[in-house]
Parts: sequence; C-alpha cells; structure tokens
Amino acid sequence: MCSETRGLVLAGVGGQGVVLASMIVADALLRAGFDVKQSEVHGMAQRGGSVVSHIRWGPDVSSPLVPPGTAEVLAAFEWAEAIRWVEYVREGGAVVADIRTIVPPGACSDRRSWSTLYPAIDEELFVSRQLKSSLVDATATASGLGNARAANSVILGSIAAFLDIETAHWEAAIERLVPRGTEDVNLAAFRAGREVTRTLPPRPSPAPEGFSGPHQIDIRHDWCKGCNICSRVCPEYCLAVDIDDRLIVVDADACTGCRLCEILCPDFAISIGPPLEAAVARSAAEGIGLR
Amino acid sequence: MLLSGNEAVAQGAVEAGVLLAVGYPGTPSTEILESIAARPDIDVRWSPNEKVAFDVGLGASLGGARALVTMKHVGLNVAADTLMTSAYTGVGAGLVIACADDPGMHSSQNEQDTRAYARMAGVPLLEPSNSAEAKEYTVLAFAISEEFDTPVIVRTTTRVSHNRGVVELGPRTERPATGFERNPAKYVMVPGYAKTRRPALLERLKRLEAYVETSPLTVESGTATDFGVVTCGIAHHYVQEVLADARTLKLGINHPLPMERIRAFAASVDRLFVVEELDPHVEMAVRAAGIEVEGKAFFSQVGELSPELVRRGFEIAGLLPPSASVEPAPPTVKRPPLLCPGCPHTPPFLVLKRLGAVVTGDIGCYTLAALEPLASMDTCVAMGSSIGMAVGMAASGGAQGPVVATIGDSTFIHGGIQGLAEAVYSQANITVIILDNGTVGMTGGQEHPGTGVTLQGSETVALDLVALCEALGVQDVKVVDPYDLAATYSAIENAIAHIGPSVVITNRPCVEAPVKVRDTPFRVIAEACTACQSCMTLGCPSIVWSDETHEGRRKVVIDPVTCTGCTLCAQICPPAAITLVEGR
Repeated sequence: MCSETRGLVLAGVGGQGVVLASMIVADALLRAGFDVKQSEVHGMAQRGGSVVSHIRWGPDVSSPLVPPGTAEVLAAFEWAEAIRWVEYVREGGAVVADIRTIVPPGACSDRRSWSTLYPAIDEELFVSRQLKSSLVDATATASGLGNARAANSVILGSIAAFLDIETAHWEAAIERLVPRGTEDVNLAAFRAGREVTRTLPPRPSPAPEGFSGPHQIDIRHDWCKGCNICSRVCPEYCLAVDIDDRLIVVDADACTGCRLCEILCPDFAISIGPPLEAAVARSAAEGIGLR
Repeated sequence: MLLSGNEAVAQGAVEAGVLLAVGYPGTPSTEILESIAARPDIDVRWSPNEKVAFDVGLGASLGGARALVTMKHVGLNVAADTLMTSAYTGVGAGLVIACADDPGMHSSQNEQDTRAYARMAGVPLLEPSNSAEAKEYTVLAFAISEEFDTPVIVRTTTRVSHNRGVVELGPRTERPATGFERNPAKYVMVPGYAKTRRPALLERLKRLEAYVETSPLTVESGTATDFGVVTCGIAHHYVQEVLADARTLKLGINHPLPMERIRAFAASVDRLFVVEELDPHVEMAVRAAGIEVEGKAFFSQVGELSPELVRRGFEIAGLLPPSASVEPAPPTVKRPPLLCPGCPHTPPFLVLKRLGAVVTGDIGCYTLAALEPLASMDTCVAMGSSIGMAVGMAASGGAQGPVVATIGDSTFIHGGIQGLAEAVYSQANITVIILDNGTVGMTGGQEHPGTGVTLQGSETVALDLVALCEALGVQDVKVVDPYDLAATYSAIENAIAHIGPSVVITNRPCVEAPVKVRDTPFRVIAEACTACQSCMTLGCPSIVWSDETHEGRRKVVIDPVTCTGCTLCAQICPPAAITLVEGR
C-alpha cells in the first residue's frame, strides 16, 4: 500500500503563504479521489524562519512525512529554500523554484569578507542531481496579471505541470481556499504558471573587495572625559567606558573602520587608523617606515 | 473533509456536545480553540494561564457542563496542581484535557512527555495518531470521563496536531448542563475527605485497567511471529511505512495500558519491540510487568521520530537490511526565526545591550533577542520565570551589570505577577521591562485579559498593567513608546538607577496581530550611506546589504515591501541616509 503513496514538499519563508498553498494542493488531491495527509511545522517559523510542508497522497496514506529522496516535486517559494530541501526529491523528480531571494539578515554579518552567505541562483545543482527543474519568477508573472499577491498560484500552476491531476480539481481547490474576491486573478495566475517553464536566472553581482583586517583604534586618554558617546554609537560594540570613566577598547578585532566614534567625539580623542596589514603593505610600496 | 489534528479534536468536542472550551495559547495546541471560537452554542475562552483554564473547566464540569481544556505540554506543569487533585474529586459532566506535546521542540523550551502526568495523576490518557482518530478519541474521552468519573487527557504531538487528514464529520449531540450536585465529601479536599478519595482513585484505576483490555482502540494487525511491534501515536504510521506487513499492536489508550493484551501479543512473537516517541513510557511498564522487550536501544528518546529513524532502528536491530543513503542537500544560508520588521520588542533589547545589563528573559517572541545581532538575553526558562530569577540574580551579587527582567504582557499576566510581588516584598534592586504589545504574539496573536477583547470577540474590561504594578507596591512605574529610541534609552537607564524594584512598560502594539501595522516604508539614500552598519545592529529583516560599498564596507538597502515604517533605523542612522519612500 505504501509503495503507491507519493509525496510533495513545499518550502518557503514564514509569511509567504506556504501553508495556504499546501492546503490547496491537498484539497486538489482529495478532489482527485486520493487519501491525503499534509503536515507542516509552524510556530516560531512564522517569524521569518524556514517553513516546510509535506504532502502525501495515494489509496491509503500512512506516514504524513515524505521520506528524503521520494518527493515527486519540491516547490520552493524562495531560492535558498530550493537548495535546503533538495534531498527530498526522488531520482528524476522535479524542482519548481521561485527565483525570488529573501536574504536573512544573519547572512549580512561577515565583516571580514563582506560577502553575503546567500547562494547564487544556479540550476547546476538540479542538473547534477539529474532532476527536472523549472525556475519561475512568480511575482513578476502575477504582477503582470495585475496582482503580485497571486504569486503563489503561479507556483501551484508550475507544480501542476509535473503532476497528473485534472485541472478542474486544481481550479476548484483554488476557488475554495483563496481569499474571497481574488479567485479570478489566482486562477489566471495558476494557468500562467502551467505555461511558464523557463526563466533565466539573473546574473550574480560580484562580492566587494575583501576587508583586510581590523582597523587601529587610537585613543588619547588625556583628551577623553569619558562621556560615553563613542561607546554608545559603535555599531560593532568595540568600545566601553570602565568603572573609572576610562574609555577602553573591548573588541579591537571587530572595528570595521566606519569612524563614527572619531567623527562624533566632541574632544577629538579618538582616531581610527587604516587596517594594520594595509598600512604595512602601503608603507612597503611607498618605501616609508611605519610610525 | 481535511482537518488538522487540532481542528479534529475541536470537532470531536463539538460532536460530544461540549458547552465550554477553555485554554491558554501554546504551540502546537492553539488552533483547537480558535477553530471553534465562532460557534455561538459553545462558550470558548482564553484564560490567563493553564491552571486557571483547568480550574474553569473543572468548575464547569462540576456544574454539569461538558468541558474541554486545551494547552501545550509545558502548560500542564502550570495546571498540574489542579490535575492531581481533580483525579481525586472526579468530575460532574465529562472533562477532557487536550494536551499537545512538542517532540523536537519546534516551538518549545523542552520536550517533556505528558504520558508521565497521566501515570502520576492516575487519569486515563488517549493518544490519537491522525486527524480521524483525534476526532473519534475526543468523543470517546468524554464518554470515559463520565463513565469513570475522572478527567481524561487526550495527548497529541506536533505531528498530529499540525497534520491534515481526512475526517468524516458527524452531528453534534446536544447535552444541556445537568446542574451542580453538592457533595462536600467528594469536592472539598480537606484531609478527612481526601483520605477517602485516594482509595477511590486507585479502585477507579483498577476498573480502567479492566476496561482498556477490551478497548477497540487497541488494534492488532499482521500475522508474523518472528517479531512484533507495540506502537502508539504518530510512531504507528512510521512503523507501517517502514514495515508494511509487520505484526503490530497499536495502543490508543496509553494509560492505563492493556497489559494482558500486550502480554498475549508478546507471547505470540519471538522478539517484542516498542516504538514510541520521547520517553520509554510503554517500554518501561512492559518490562516492569516482567515481559522481555526492546525499544529505546534502537529508537531515540530525543526529538521526533521519523520513518527514516524507525527504519534505521530496525536496521540496527538486524530486522532490515541497510538502506541506500540519500545524497544530502549542500549546506546553504541559515534561516533562523527573527523578530519581525518593526517589532516593538527590538528597541528595549538594543538599549539593554548598550547598557551591558544582565537580562533574565521569558517566553515569547522577544526570546529571539537572545540571537545575534541583539544578543541581549541571558536566561529563558519557564513562563514568568524572568522576574523571580532577576530577584535571585540580584541577591547573588554575581551579575556584572544591572539586572533586568524582560517579560511580555501576556506572559506577565500568566505567571509574572507573583514574581513582581516577590521583587516588591524583598525590595530587590531590579528593573522589570513589560513588553506590552497587546497580544499573545508568539502563537499568532491571541487575546488575553489585558486586551479588553475575548476569544469570541466581545469587549470586556481590560486589565490595567500600570495600576496593577503600582498596587503591587512598585514605586517607579514608567510607560514609554519603544518607537522613540531616545526616550526608551532614558526610561530604562533611569529605571536601572532607581534603588529598589522599577518597572518600564513599552506600549507599542505588535505589528502583525491583531492588526497588521503598515506605515510609509523607508529607503536608503545610497549616496549618503557610509556603510557604518549602525542600522544592522537592529537585526531588522527588511535591511540587508546592497551591492554598493563605501570604503570597502557594504552599504545597505531596505526592502520596501516588508518595511513597516517603524522609523527605528532612521533614528539611529548617523548620516541621516534613511528617509521616507516618496509618493506613498
């Protein structure tokens, strides 16, 4: 019985409507006469975390969870999520991936390389795993139809292109579950999604030149009155005023050289030098010794 | 019809003629009450905490109305006091406790197993494995409750609560309240009376043990004799998935256990396994009954099980050949949960980080302030613990900075008020920040006694936090708008300087619930941005690095779709490079 059970994984970011889309898929499968189970985890995930939903269908479904390597289709509503859950797709299965990117702020924290940890949009991953793939720009497609909020229905259309379920079941499910008054645009988006098979990935932008090392923080203690302005504005929490109102450097390695402290100090008591390695390199090139 | 496990529990209660349903929100249990809140024929309500909810449910039951009480697993800790003695008093009309466990801690601080409470209290516990059973078992739980005069626990787990499956809907059986019958010897648990109820409880358990031996909820399948598997809950479906033809004994009632059925089942197979999530509840009982059994040696006691983990367990046990491994996904960017764009909880934690405070935190969205870049929460243990822990931390003299407790409005009403009484009583030198966003945010925006609105949408008297803190004896109570960063900084700094307990209440509503707050979004003037990263200290999901740089550092850009226009980044941008989007 279980060998006839098939699976589908939908993934996205909290707030994208993954759960509603899953309910539509499950409803369509139920209308097609299958036993269906749909399972997702939310809770903290609604706070911008990763959301994943499993759908299984067949004559008699037991486990609601799709085992890795068995999903017919992975539908990712956001690019990085397509990579995160790709192991769930079966050999020869398909990935529907929205090229939309939602970069988590945590990816913008490496103050050494200044490169985001966000993966480039590249179909090679799917090709190398011998999966069919369909990149969609659901937001652009839905916007073209007059309502960007119908983007999820574009993705549903792209999923439908890989599954052998009658269109009438999909459309009935969409009509029942989308917000009242948006039925027509969502149906149009669904039909557009069935047609979309190819979206060219955007070119990745180059990462900036790397940061060469922590800058030098130079404090003139005889000019500093311990007013605390610099330590309150430092974005990297490098500075603090100790119990004797004396300014101290608590994290010299974290200084990125933004010079807020230098600019805002009313007593000109701080200056930020170039990164040590850069200073050494320049002085070597110019043939002058470091002070 | 497709229903989630939670909706199915509620549907079961509806069909059983429940008249009152009460609980406290908590993932994964919250949607049980929400799914029937619109029904005019049922009194559906949120309580300040699970203990009060249980009390309300028990009172309704003694008054002759069938009552449903809902909570998450850790909520039962709070309600445990009533649970233990309600097992002595028994019930009037049926009383069912729907308690949702969270194996894997998807949204919880621990993964305790509610079945242990059923054993300790001596009450029956039913455990459905899917939505259809969730409905069926809830209906039956009310019948058991009345037949055996006991509260009954229906235990679900996240995978059952948040799984949608096919459920056949049935009609509601109306059961008008039968009225309260005075019976002090049964309902007044002074020692003299309680001494007679303890033997009554044990005698009831004997009758329940006999009942479960013939329960149709114990289902045997398969014919093999080499090994057999006792399962319960979601684990049953995982076993079915992995070993479709295996000999299984599925338990629907997990306390008391049908030990004679299990004994007979064990005798008919060469090897006996138990596959259950979390504690070896069934396994230990079976072993204590003198039956040879294997279980947790192969199936983890930590986190959720899955078909893969069950398969691996049977592979190690030598009953399945090793399976081929699936090529894992390449590592990609982490996406932890975050405080939302415009979250009014962000500013106080930014201030606390600057002030180097030792922060005892609490349970709610704001617990996310423990993560980078705010990284300004030092403890989080249980609902309401922040204030008492701050009192103890201050008393220890071991804190390296000012001691500050942070607690949400609903959490304060749930379990923080007594902590503040302790702070006043001991004149603890602490500051309590009540993050009043006017909702239970973490669970999706529920009403509570401070909001002035009930679960069923009627207006009521709102609890006054300022008056409450003053009445408890706090001398220094200030209210501040957290969207005014400078005022928030001063308010917290002044409160910390106050000798003795002080309270700061931040008063901005949650941006997501009950109303989505959206103002004119902001944008970054790229030419003016000096890439100083000041705005990035907020951890706002709407602000990310752009492709442009200044002196080798990444400039930033604001996503106009998700920006709520809270103004915080504009307030802290040193070169004033953040400005309103025009024409909105």
